[in-house]
Amino acid sequence: MPENEILLEVKNLKMWFPITQGIIFQRHIGDIKAVDGISFYIRRGETLGLVGESGCGKSTTGRAILQLYRPTAGDVYFEGKNLCKLKGEELRRMRRKMQMIFQDPYASLNPRMTVGDIIGEPLEVHNIMKGKELRERVMELLEIVGLNRYFINRYPHEFSGGQRQRIGVARALAVQPDFIVCDEPISALDVSIQAQIINLLEELQAKFHLTYLFIAHDLSVVRHISDRVAVMYLGKIVELTTRDKLYSDARHPYTQALLSAVPIPDPVVEEKRKRIILVGDVPSPANPPKGCHFHTRCALKIEGTCDVVEPEFKDIGGEHWVACHRVA
Amino acid sequence: MGVGRIVRSSQSPWARGLRTLIRNRMAMAGAAVILIWVIVAIAAPWIAPYDALAQKVEDRLSPPSPRHLFGTDELGRDVFSRVVYGARISLPVGLVVILFSMLMGALVGALAGYFGGAFDLLVMRVADITLAFPSIVLALAIASVLGPSLKNAVIAMILVWWPEYARLMRGQVLSVKHEDYVMAAQSVGVPQRRILARHIIPNTSAPIVIKASLDAGSAILNIAALSFIGLGAVPPTPEWGAMISLGRFKFYQWWLTTFPGLAVLSVVLGFNFLGDGLRDAFDPRLRSA
Repeated sequence: MPENEILLEVKNLKMWFPITQGIIFQRHIGDIKAVDGISFYIRRGETLGLVGESGCGKSTTGRAILQLYRPTAGDVYFEGKNLCKLKGEELRRMRRKMQMIFQDPYASLNPRMTVGDIIGEPLEVHNIMKGKELRERVMELLEIVGLNRYFINRYPHEFSGGQRQRIGVARALAVQPDFIVCDEPISALDVSIQAQIINLLEELQAKFHLTYLFIAHDLSVVRHISDRVAVMYLGKIVELTTRDKLYSDARHPYTQALLSAVPIPDPVVEEKRKRIILVGDVPSPANPPKGCHFHTRCALKIEGTCDVVEPEFKDIGGEHWVACHRVA
Repeated sequence: MGVGRIVRSSQSPWARGLRTLIRNRMAMAGAAVILIWVIVAIAAPWIAPYDALAQKVEDRLSPPSPRHLFGTDELGRDVFSRVVYGARISLPVGLVVILFSMLMGALVGALAGYFGGAFDLLVMRVADITLAFPSIVLALAIASVLGPSLKNAVIAMILVWWPEYARLMRGQVLSVKHEDYVMAAQSVGVPQRRILARHIIPNTSAPIVIKASLDAGSAILNIAALSFIGLGAVPPTPEWGAMISLGRFKFYQWWLTTFPGLAVLSVVLGFNFLGDGLRDAFDPRLRSA
């Protein structure tokens, strides 16, 4: 990966959802700390994989970056502009450059709109084109994502999951964005279809020079598609490095545990695979543990340190960030 | 797969629902009854043999006969003609009540549900207070304050009815608001007004329309009830409820109450059957995927 321009930079991003009580006067009694201070950057043309178990804040991160949720704190710089400071019309115009692909292709398409209207809407609302030209462009987009151009008048219910996801991809591509957040784009699909969508995303990336934030919980898929990978646990990034380093030289105990759960498609090696089984559940993000968020389940915990001091997320050399007291 | 087939096979959710509706016999029977009444209302001058207001004192209170199909009332007016002309009052009045309650309620409910906040709180408390009264009692109170006239009865009905629609619409908007496709529209950069108009409201409208068709019968019934009590149409207007009221102490002149009563009954049943059919056809929660 050659050194080049940083497209997106996230600094100390926090997304807390308030917990309130009471019907008329809502008292604020706490927060769900879905994302609790994360920082990273993505270079132009690169794919950053974001992995972690359910509820760790992956999707919230994606949505907070796109300002679909307004972050509680922190900054998101996109092409040098701070998205968190943008409002109303200015933000709406920026949305041309960043798009999203959703997890559930059944929920993400409006059932009362035709495919043509769904894919054409971004072009329409940004006044890019209309009428005949718009229709022609939508047909072209359908072909780009591998669908028949004459599907344009159909409704979403007439398609399979994989086809619907392609429609979602076409919608995201319509305005020729630079950056796409792929929020678990394949986890709702059949295994046989997953590969097709992954290949499509890769083709499109090469063709249109796209930058992806690829959110997933499937480590094999992330390994396949990512240039760098960030591992999240309970609202924080615990490790971030290049793909090859992560899969060969993981430092954080949580990353090691996650990787040990991936089956290896080689019976000889697979037999020797030692699983690190984590005990207990993920603590509640409303009341995360003190110190290192992971210390309650960590086998390598240092008493008096890990449960008191929060580890710093620091570069241990060669683009390898880890947040762990065990890693010097 | 031929191109022609692909282009042709497309069907909107509305078109699919409509097909289900057409196959529903009860709904079609209801629609037929309503259609007949609509034709009667439009063609009243040609169907009615007499003027609805023309009095013929020598023929007063005569029972049904070939000359006066439904008999005559105490002023010698032809009951059949009056029932026919009554359709010109009850149908439009019922529709106006429902239409305005629906529009007002849906608009207020959609805004309250989508934007929330103080407006939501205020509107929904007003709705709660209104719904706490039995609707006919409150309508009675409002109508008597405004004074007896058909127009005031309509206003009273709308005032007590819109909160039901506001409630329903608000709930619908709240559930649709968090759908992925709404977030998708947001992320694409669709302005809020358009999100509300193109993504939220079309996906909430089915239950509203169904409720409106079920309520249309009740609206006609309630207007007849207000007129019966004397707070709606004033004499000599040939309104069904007012006609029933006129005949209510004349037990031996059964035709005075029976025929307008049957008219109300058939219209209300017609709307209810159609409404049930619409619900079965369009409400996604009752329809199997």
